[in-house]
Amino acid sequence: MKISTLLYTIKQGFANIFRNKWYSLASVATISACLFLFGVFYSLVANFRSIVMRVEEGVALTVFFHYEEGPIGDKCESHTPDQIPTDERLEEIGQMIAKRPEVSKVVFVSDEQAWKDFSKPYGEEYADVFPENPLAGENNYEVYLNDVSMQSALVTWLESIPEVRVVRYSALTADTLSGANLLIAYVSLGIIVILLAVSIFLISNTVAIGISVRSAEINIMKYIGATDFFVRAPFVLEGMIIGLIGAVIPLGLIYSLYEYALEYINGRFTNLSRFFSFLPLEEIFHVLTPVSILVGVGIGFLGSVTTVRKHLRV
Amino acid sequence: MANKEQLRKKREQLIEENGVIFLDNVSKAYSTGSPALNNISLSIGRGEFVFIVGETGSGKSTLIKLLLRELTATSGSVYVMGHDLARLKRKQVPKFRRNIGVVFQDFRLLNNRNVYENVAFAQRIVETPNAEIRRNVPTILATVGLAGKYKAKTNQLSGGEQQRVALARALINNPAILLADEPTGNLDPKTSWEIMRLLEEINESGTTVVVVTHSREIVNAMHKRVVTMKKGVIVSDEEGGEYIDED
Repeated sequence: MKISTLLYTIKQGFANIFRNKWYSLASVATISACLFLFGVFYSLVANFRSIVMRVEEGVALTVFFHYEEGPIGDKCESHTPDQIPTDERLEEIGQMIAKRPEVSKVVFVSDEQAWKDFSKPYGEEYADVFPENPLAGENNYEVYLNDVSMQSALVTWLESIPEVRVVRYSALTADTLSGANLLIAYVSLGIIVILLAVSIFLISNTVAIGISVRSAEINIMKYIGATDFFVRAPFVLEGMIIGLIGAVIPLGLIYSLYEYALEYINGRFTNLSRFFSFLPLEEIFHVLTPVSILVGVGIGFLGSVTTVRKHLRV
Repeated sequence: MANKEQLRKKREQLIEENGVIFLDNVSKAYSTGSPALNNISLSIGRGEFVFIVGETGSGKSTLIKLLLRELTATSGSVYVMGHDLARLKRKQVPKFRRNIGVVFQDFRLLNNRNVYENVAFAQRIVETPNAEIRRNVPTILATVGLAGKYKAKTNQLSGGEQQRVALARALINNPAILLADEPTGNLDPKTSWEIMRLLEEINESGTTVVVVTHSREIVNAMHKRVVTMKKGVIVSDEEGGEYIDED
């Protein structure tokens, strides 16, 4: 194909948008409306998920180890001497825990630190009552998770370590959070699939109607001896440009709205933002931009290719 | 390359022997009803001017569709410019159609483009360089009497002017055959005659012209070859014939 022919088809693709401005406007409006709804819903779901994930990150379980008789006479549950970890072994266990995929952070809390943290709220006089550290030997690891649904598997593994005396955790918190997480995942996936399906249906229908009303134009081109490519190329390009414009408009709108919503909530509901912060714009648009453009341009492309094909059999 | 040359020679020979249009015992049946064409044979030579006449439903439109390879025959053979249309692949159809100029009763212009673009479109399809298009379009528009109208939108033109644009578009690539399907069907008598005179001029320059029409007045006045069809068969084929009312 000659370059002049290629340039001509590109020029026609752009020109068609203006020639059929009402159809172009209707198509852009439909695509924009669908992708706007999709974008708004995605922003809400992404923020909700991030809030749940942050709560999950705060969930920790505590791992205690066997130790010799405590200073105030408490006796540790029955264990053999080789189950009492040395400092090196304690460090080794810490590294083993940190390497687990479900673990996000491991913090070592010595028995001294544990007593300090415990007694701090009651004041120095309270601590003075005890000449020795009542929590001696209670060295522990605070283990933070990146996926609470894996908590029970981690607990089983931790309990299998001979030096581990007890693992303290809340099964209820983990179950509630992982249940909430699963629910959000299913509901959001369902709604996103429905929204996308409706968008695809509406957009491809609009593209199809727009092309069908110009079937006479396609017939004429074919009677004159135009090849399928020559007829199809401007329509496909037109569909893709309409799809792109239809994707960019809602992205711009959501960008402005999201920015405004963040400012409004942070300014008006300062207490709310103390508990959780919303996802930054970049994080939302990191996913939303390529998905919206792909959907808009992709449907514009596929819709026009399939619809023009129907009218090419002349 | 040698193969292509052989094919070209074979086509030339077929044209010499049977004409630019040759139908051999052609029938066309649609899925329902009686056949639209029933075992017709027809040969049209290079440079002829032929009227195809007949009532509605006589098979004229089906014949035109067969010649444009919009339809294929149920049986028999259709040759146009030496091409056996039954053997033509779908991909080859656009190139084949460039041998044929075609005008319709309803003009079939691209309504969202101006006169110049409508005519130039036929040249863009065959990838004519822009400089050549800029030379050819005004020339052909002058030939059909529309020299000053190249910027006009087609919906600003009269019926006669629109048919002239269609003619210019059909002729710009110098086709060997011009098919005109009811070219005066939407025009007043004066304009109809102008279009017919144009078709006659085009024919005089060597193009084979096939006109499907209902106009008894035009057919009888022009004294050309007249092929009359009725219920899917050719009932008469006469040089210098008249529009015969079979009823």
